[in-house]
Order: sequence, then structure tokens, then C-alpha cells
Amino acid sequence: MRAPSQVAVARRGRSVPRLHLGGVAAYVVMVLVAGAILIPIGYAILGGFKTNGQLAADPGSILPSTWVTENYVDVLVGKNAATFWLQAFNSVVVALVCVFMAVGCASLAAFVLARYAFRGREAMYTLFVFGLLFPSAVAILPLYILVRDLGLYGNLLGVALPEAAFQLPLTVVILRPFFRSIPVELEDAARVDGCGPFGFFWRILLPLARPALATVSVLAIVSTWNAFFLPLVLLNGADQWTLPLGVMNFSTEYSSDQARVLAYTVVAMIPALIFYALAERHIVSGLTGGSVKG
Amino acid sequence: MMAAGQADRTRSRRLRARALILAFLVPALALYAVFVLFPIVQAARFSLYKWNGLGALTDFIGFRNYVTAFNSPVFVTSVSNNLLVIVLSLSIQIPFSLSLAVLLNRRFRGRSVFRLLFFLPYVLSEAVTGIVFSLMLRPGSLVDSGLGAVGLGSLVQDWLGDGTMVMISLFVIISWKYFGFHMILLLAGLQGIPREIEEAALIDGADRRRVFRYITLPLLGPTLRVSVFLSIIGALQLFDLVWVMTAGGPLNASSTMATGMFKAGFVAHQMGYGSALAVVLFSFGLVVALLYQRFVLRRDTDGALTVYGG
Repeated sequence: MRAPSQVAVARRGRSVPRLHLGGVAAYVVMVLVAGAILIPIGYAILGGFKTNGQLAADPGSILPSTWVTENYVDVLVGKNAATFWLQAFNSVVVALVCVFMAVGCASLAAFVLARYAFRGREAMYTLFVFGLLFPSAVAILPLYILVRDLGLYGNLLGVALPEAAFQLPLTVVILRPFFRSIPVELEDAARVDGCGPFGFFWRILLPLARPALATVSVLAIVSTWNAFFLPLVLLNGADQWTLPLGVMNFSTEYSSDQARVLAYTVVAMIPALIFYALAERHIVSGLTGGSVKG
Repeated sequence: MMAAGQADRTRSRRLRARALILAFLVPALALYAVFVLFPIVQAARFSLYKWNGLGALTDFIGFRNYVTAFNSPVFVTSVSNNLLVIVLSLSIQIPFSLSLAVLLNRRFRGRSVFRLLFFLPYVLSEAVTGIVFSLMLRPGSLVDSGLGAVGLGSLVQDWLGDGTMVMISLFVIISWKYFGFHMILLLAGLQGIPREIEEAALIDGADRRRVFRYITLPLLGPTLRVSVFLSIIGALQLFDLVWVMTAGGPLNASSTMATGMFKAGFVAHQMGYGSALAVVLFSFGLVVALLYQRFVLRRDTDGALTVYGG
């Protein structure tokens, strides 16, 4: 048995930051990487405040020579505002329907997969895990045919349902262990108090599982909000598009008007940035099983 | 009498439990079967026909779509581009992510700010990322003038317009977007290793490099393998960034299996041929998944399962 104090001393001695050479080099590397991340984002934000003349003549300048707000105003309240807000609305609708469907269906399934013993349970679970292992792009062409034949082509629901289906595997895989960890005693107590299985699920299990539900919802929102391939195939025209498609289309339409494209792109990325600021913890814990600290 | 009544009650209770299980499973199973499993089966079926996506599926041609694919230079380019991205991701992007994870696993001032920043590109859409980088990489734009300003003007290229350069440019942008994701996974893995193990080795006289090589790295194995697996699956179905930035060009130089599939289906209206490409893509994924399952999954399932993210 090693004395714990010895370990503590060793730990303290080694991990307190000191300005030795290796530490400085590490710092320099990280500052460079941080710069590489910030430059494109800063270029886009500040570029939206520049004129095309300045973007072309002096692409390396950091700050605009004169701050022009016209590009942003145009996107938010000007002549491109109607399209932008409609596409933002479409994105919100798709994301909400997808989250509701995916998390709703997955919690029901994860509940019985976690807490009931029945034949074929593990096979069924494996079927969902399989969804994590294969490249989802494979299903794109037949999905288009299917959604068209169902009469849902060009309909936001026609995008949200497949998106929800593709979100099921990750959601089930995250929820099942969480549901399983809720003690059986609680279920027994609920049953004694006259609570049926659905009552237990709805009134006790789901409220207890709120952190896990938040995590899977956040992951589903991020992935639908950014989805490109499915909406590209299943939606038709600027009125139906979600923001990623709208941004792409805007950049082709105004390819000679760089400042305006940058402004549109920046405004489209703001929701994701706000979302990241609010829910980063959930994204990270969902992806890593909750083990990142600090 | 008593026993029979009890048996009846047990049976009815079991029936009720079974009905309950079914009712809870049906919504998820239906959604999953209709929009995920069924399309995959359909892709296999369509791939055996010559079909433009309209009308009846009548023109059965066996495996001819597959033969066409493997004889097509564009398809060969696509597959080698996907493989190139896999090789570059495993040899450059993941080691880079691991190095940063190791740096961030130390305690120092500003650590969480760096972590937050490095992971940020993961939440930006590929469309937004692709457009901003396209504008930065235009001839004479930010990247070119930046290189000129630091005296590296001779390195300036037509980053996206040159057939040999375009995949390298795309790979750098893919890494920009995804290294933070792998870094976060690996950081979680590193933080799951009890510090006492490494410290014991250090006390026993091992130097830091050996501790990393013989203790940290093997213990990080499960996470590293998940990271590798996700990287490969992601690279196999590479589409969004490529489509936004080059649409597979110039002259198919940046074509991938997924862009080829999209073009076959929606530009050339060859749904049968496109489906054959989808099946090939699926087979690549299947081989990788089976290898992973065979060699890795069984050992790594505990605790690492929730890691399948991106």
C-alpha cells in the first residue's frame, strides 16, 4: 500500500503549470490552433461588414475600412429577409418534429429494452446498434423514391421523419443504460402504490431521466439543424429549404457579391453558435458518455 | 382449481406484459424499418435494374450496373478519393487530435477555453464551413494574400481548381471541422485513465515517453478504436463539404462515392446505377463494421458504446 500523501505530492508536483520550455511550446501550439479556428469565423463576421471593393482589394485586412451594415440589414430586414426567415422557420420545424419523434419513440423502445426480459431483446437492440455502424448515405436514393411515393416530397414532414429515424440508434443506445440504472425498488414501490407500467414510465422514469433526455435532444437538434444531404434530396425550392441549403443556394446566386454571402452565412451560423454556448456540456457528455471534466 | 386459476392469471399477466412490450416497441421499430432498413433493402433491389426512377421497375439487368461502375474511371477516382481521406485522417488527423487531447489533459490556465474553441467547428454546418472556406480559398483572397504577406507567396495554388491539390485542400477543411470531435472523444478516454497508474510508473522510474507508449496508449485503446472507426465511416460517406465546395470537380477530381451516387440519381437519372454505387458504399461500410466488431467491439462495449457520435 503506497501512502496516499505520496501520490498527492507527486500529482501536485507534476501538474501545476510552470513556465518551462515544454509548457511554452504547448501553449504556442494551442494558440496557433485556436487562431486557425478563429480566422475563418472572424473573416466571415468581419467580412460581412466590408464592401466587396475592400474584400477584393485588400483581402488580408482584419477590420473593415468603413463599417458597412447594409449586408446584415439586407438579410435580417431587407430584401432577402423574407427568404432567410422562412428558411430559418423551416429549419426550426424540421428540428422540432425530428426531436419529438426521435426522442419520443426511442424512449418508449429504450424503456422496454432496458427493463423487460423477453425473447429477441438483444437481437432487437443489435438492430438499432447496426444503425450506428453503417453509412447512412446508402439509403438516400431509395428514400427519395419512398418519400416521393408517400406524397411527402417537398414537405417538411418528409424530411423530419427520415431524420428522426436516422437519429433513433444513437438515442436508443444512450437512453437504454440510463433507464436501466434506475433502481427496481422504485418500480416496485410505484406498483404497490397502484402505478401501472406506463404510469411508471411517464411519471417516474422520464422525469428522472431528464439529463439524458436533454442530452439526446441536443444531439438530435445539432444533427438535424446542420443536415444537408437529406434536405437536398427531399426538398424542392427556396421556400421549402432549410438554412444549410438556403446558405448554399444564396452563395451561388450572389457569387459575385461576397460580402452579402458572408453576411447571410454568418446570420445562418448564429443559432448554432448560441446553441453551442448554451448546450456544449450536453453535446460533449452525449458524445463521450459524460466523462469530460474541467 | 386453485392452481388452474393461478395458471390462468399468470398466463394473462404474461400476455399483458407481451402486449405492453410490443406497444412500446412498435413506434420506434416502424419508423426505423420504414425509413432506414427498407431503403437499404430497396437499394439492393434497384441496383439490379436499369431504371430512371419513374415508371415500373421492369428492365432487369443483373449485375451490369456493378460492372459499369468498376469499369468507370470516375468511380475508380471516387473510391480512391475516399480511401485517400481515410488514410490521411488516420495518419494525420487522429494523431493531431490525440496530441491536442494530451495537451488539454494537463491542468493549466485557460484549458476550458481552448477546449471550447477546438470543439466549436463541430457544431457549424458543413454548408456554412464550406462556403466560408471557398471564399477564403478563391484566387487572390485571404489565404493567398496571407501567404504572400508572410513571404510564402510561391506556395500559392489554385486550391480548389487544381485537380491534384483539391483533395488536399478538402482534407484540411475536413480536419478543421472534425479534429475537435476526435479530440473530445480522446480527451474523455484520457480522463478515464486513473492518474495513479501513470504516476506509479513515473515513481518507478519510467520516463514520460515510455509511460505514454506503454501505459497511456494501450489504456486509451478502446477510445482510439472508436475514433478510428467513426473517422473511416465518415470518410466513406463524405458528401456535404465536397458538394458545397467543388461538387466533385474540377473534372471529377474530387468526386467521392456519395457525390457519384447523387449525380447518378439526380443529374443523370440513373437510379439503378446510383443504387449500385450505394450498395458498394454499404459493402465498404460493412467490411469495416465487421472487422471492428470482430476485433474490437466485444472488448470495448463496456462504457464506450455511447461514444458513437458523429
